[in-house]
Amino acid sequence: MNTIAYKTIGIGVTFSPNLEANINEAARLALCFGSKLVLIHVGETSEEKSKTFTKFLSPFEKKGLKYELLFKSGDPVNVILTSTKEKKVDLLVIGALKKENFLKYYLGSIARKITRQANCSVLLLINPSIERVPCKHIVVNGLQDPKTEETVTTAFLVGHNLGVNKITVVEEIDQEEVSVKIDDDKSLRKSTIIKERLRLREEARVKKVLDTIPANYTKDMTIKSQPIFGKRGYSIGHYAQVVRADLLVMNAPSKMTFWDRLFPHDIEHILTELPTDVLIVQ
Amino acid sequence: MRTKETSFVGFMKTLPKNLFSGLVVSLIALPLGLGLAMASEAPPIAGVITAIVGGIIVSILGGSFVTISGPGNGLVGVVLIAITTLGLTATYAAIICSGIILVILGFLRLGKLADYFPSSAIQGMLAAIGLIILGKQFHIMLGNKIVEDNGIDYLLEIPNTLIKVVNYQDKGLIYAAVAGLISLAIMVFYSKIRNKYLQLIPAPMWIVIVSVGFSYYYEFILKAPNPISAAYMIPEIPNIQEIITTIPTPNFEMVGTLPFWSSVIALTLIASIESLLSIKAVDKLDLLKRRSNVNKDIKALGLATVVSGFLGGLNVVTVIARSSVNVNNGGSNRSSNLFHALFLVVFIVLFSTELTRIPLTALMAILVYTGYKLASPDVVRRIFTIGKEQLIIFFATLFVTLKVGLISGIFAGLVATFIIHIVVTKSLSLFIKNILKPNVLMFKEENGGYFISVKHFCSFLNFNMLKNKLEAIPEKSDVVLDFSLCGFVDHSVMENVHDYQELFHKKGGNIGVIGLDVLGSKSEHPFAVRRLLPLQNIIPNNTTKRQKNLELVANDFGLSFNPVREKNSVFLENFIYFKTKKIEHIFNQLSAKNSPCHLFDITFSEGEFIAKEVVRSTMLYIKTSSNVPVFTLDREGLLERLYALAGYKDIDIESHADFSKRFYLRGENERDIRAFFTDELVLFFESNAYYHIESSKDGILVFSKERIASIKEIKALLDFGFRLNAIINKV
Repeated sequence: MNTIAYKTIGIGVTFSPNLEANINEAARLALCFGSKLVLIHVGETSEEKSKTFTKFLSPFEKKGLKYELLFKSGDPVNVILTSTKEKKVDLLVIGALKKENFLKYYLGSIARKITRQANCSVLLLINPSIERVPCKHIVVNGLQDPKTEETVTTAFLVGHNLGVNKITVVEEIDQEEVSVKIDDDKSLRKSTIIKERLRLREEARVKKVLDTIPANYTKDMTIKSQPIFGKRGYSIGHYAQVVRADLLVMNAPSKMTFWDRLFPHDIEHILTELPTDVLIVQ
Repeated sequence: MRTKETSFVGFMKTLPKNLFSGLVVSLIALPLGLGLAMASEAPPIAGVITAIVGGIIVSILGGSFVTISGPGNGLVGVVLIAITTLGLTATYAAIICSGIILVILGFLRLGKLADYFPSSAIQGMLAAIGLIILGKQFHIMLGNKIVEDNGIDYLLEIPNTLIKVVNYQDKGLIYAAVAGLISLAIMVFYSKIRNKYLQLIPAPMWIVIVSVGFSYYYEFILKAPNPISAAYMIPEIPNIQEIITTIPTPNFEMVGTLPFWSSVIALTLIASIESLLSIKAVDKLDLLKRRSNVNKDIKALGLATVVSGFLGGLNVVTVIARSSVNVNNGGSNRSSNLFHALFLVVFIVLFSTELTRIPLTALMAILVYTGYKLASPDVVRRIFTIGKEQLIIFFATLFVTLKVGLISGIFAGLVATFIIHIVVTKSLSLFIKNILKPNVLMFKEENGGYFISVKHFCSFLNFNMLKNKLEAIPEKSDVVLDFSLCGFVDHSVMENVHDYQELFHKKGGNIGVIGLDVLGSKSEHPFAVRRLLPLQNIIPNNTTKRQKNLELVANDFGLSFNPVREKNSVFLENFIYFKTKKIEHIFNQLSAKNSPCHLFDITFSEGEFIAKEVVRSTMLYIKTSSNVPVFTLDREGLLERLYALAGYKDIDIESHADFSKRFYLRGENERDIRAFFTDELVLFFESNAYYHIESSKDGILVFSKERIASIKEIKALLDFGFRLNAIINKV
């Protein structure tokens, strides 16, 4: 389980109005996990730029943050991906953009490409802030998938470190699994029974996963399991939005081809409609 | 769990009621079938064949419970066009093809096709069909057969026909026109007269009885020929042997042509829309609150249409007016549909020659009334209260349907709706980007309730997604429907959600809609806002003399008077009397906080469409403790004895022979009822005026006639109520 302790956190930085907020968020995380922070800037090295970065980072340095500045020019996607490999970054932080006058967030095309291709975990922040906003509720997926166990454990580790008091494990059950089509009262009763059975099955499975979590992570935490019948990847985002979760933790997608983007599923839905902060666990 | 045996016993128990109901329905179905077929320029018998085939096949294979199937009003326009362009035998072929398509749609589970049409467009289309029927038959009703190009021309000719009628010289024509007008008057005033003996026979049958009687009067008493012009009598109706020997052969030669398939598509579209709307409306009337299997019904209707087409009948659809009559007369399962068909067979075998004594003008009066009901100003007024933009959609559909045709009409309605939605939201991308997204999230909360959240937008384009989720929830549950993440909700959705709310409410569940106020505050969404603020009394300070007197009565009895219309009538819904009726509102209430008696005027409706009757009545509600058994007490009359034959049981109270003879007492739990009717209570009922008295779980409903009571009657009613309350509460 030690693979999920984040030793190095990376963040790609550009000079945008969000710069300070992004740096602050990443630095706070690094302090929380006791990890090293790597600031990756795509562009030429310059005295002035380093000065700005160090200025923002100095309050955290006092608290014991170790960090490294990295300047590299070239194609942003490439630079960031290679740098994360070089520096053995475990967690990459990316800030999302906010549509003007809308309460909707989206990822820029570069950020999307990075998210799809990154080999490490990715944290997408929709609302980076300079001051700390407490994270209270985490929603994590509980899909039937080999990666799920690690993802759920990560959610608890992160939750533990951030002082979260509620974690909801969401099992998305495909509507296709309910083999009965609803036509009348009889088939409705039947499908309700089947759904109840599926729900119990999923909850039992999630419980098994939860049993593997170290006890000190789970104490003082409300743990809820929520089965949802709906489109995989889409409903969990919708759910996180409805319950106003602060962080959504998801499995990394298994494979990503051209077709997956054309007919979005799983994580792609989340990338087009960021419901909240999203952590994609690799 | 119900075993097979008990359900069979239950079926046998309700059989007499269904037989009776089937009889009453067949009395309407016969004249309507003849009329609808003639209006579509098919041979009159085709309509009856349709009803017989539909009744038999759908009752055996269908998936709904209290619906009646037969020839539909909506199809008149389409069949008419098909017959004029293709000819009769090719039309039969088109009907068969549309039946096959319906069966396929049923198997593909596409029975929900009608969900994809905005409701104002459907209203517009139905109104157009109504005007087509009205426009064409109006002239025949007055003895002036004319041929025009399209629906609008027929409507514009109406003043000319009126002028012509006044100047008729031919006696035969005058008699024909008078027969039409009298029949129309019967249709219009029938629902206004609440007499139980008169109401036993439906209005269309009264027209048949009166006109056949008139013909016999001339033949046997006056020994003179029928004075109505022979051209305006129903043409020869073949007897049963002829019908069997002269079954027309469908002509499939035109199967490769475009007009053939456009007819097939129009027939299928209208047949499925009319059936689906009717099934939905009838499900709301069902006493046992069952859910119809729509796809199974569509398959059965399709098959019935194929058979009907081969036997020389028209499209079989589910029909609303006849179904509502079925429910009101105690039909409780599909056997009433079967009986209605069998009675029609009996009528044709026994009386086929008598039917030629009916004047054509009388029959067309029934259709004119049907057409008027489809396109009545009430429809326009209701749509206007929802929003002006709905009126644009309505009229766009209406005019295109009248001028061009049904398919173009409904298409115009779709386009108009979509354009208006874009204008209202000022965004095309909202719809384009999100149309295919699974925008509805449903999950079960820990307390057993359901939560549904809708994202992006919800309109007729993607209502199906919300509908699928709503269908999957048992109706007894509590549901929270959240639109707060939704940028736009249209009128069709609100109307459908409202229907679901009613359905859930009837079955003991609840749907709470939240998040619409967010939409309202942005004031970009007039549809949603207007749905939220139903028009309340516009002129509140308009008191009548009766209301002033009511106020005085209220003071006399120590009650307070409230004239304002209120929708809150939940306390009435448990009463058996209201099970098949739709309560509109209660008004002129006399009540007090500490008084158990609550008097009010009430508006409710019974039946649907042309069988719809709006009734205003004065009633008294007495709040009781919950140990009162459920019973109904009425004055015993001829009709009640008839009902007793049809399986309604009368409970006799021992040692009160006089009471048992004079009163008709019904209820499930006989023992409790006998215990409840103490000597004192029996004596009270015996020595007072007759009222219809009904109890539900925690209240008693008292009223005398199905009309608004006068001040004197109200005083008597209140007095009766207070004294009854004193006795019951002592018990």
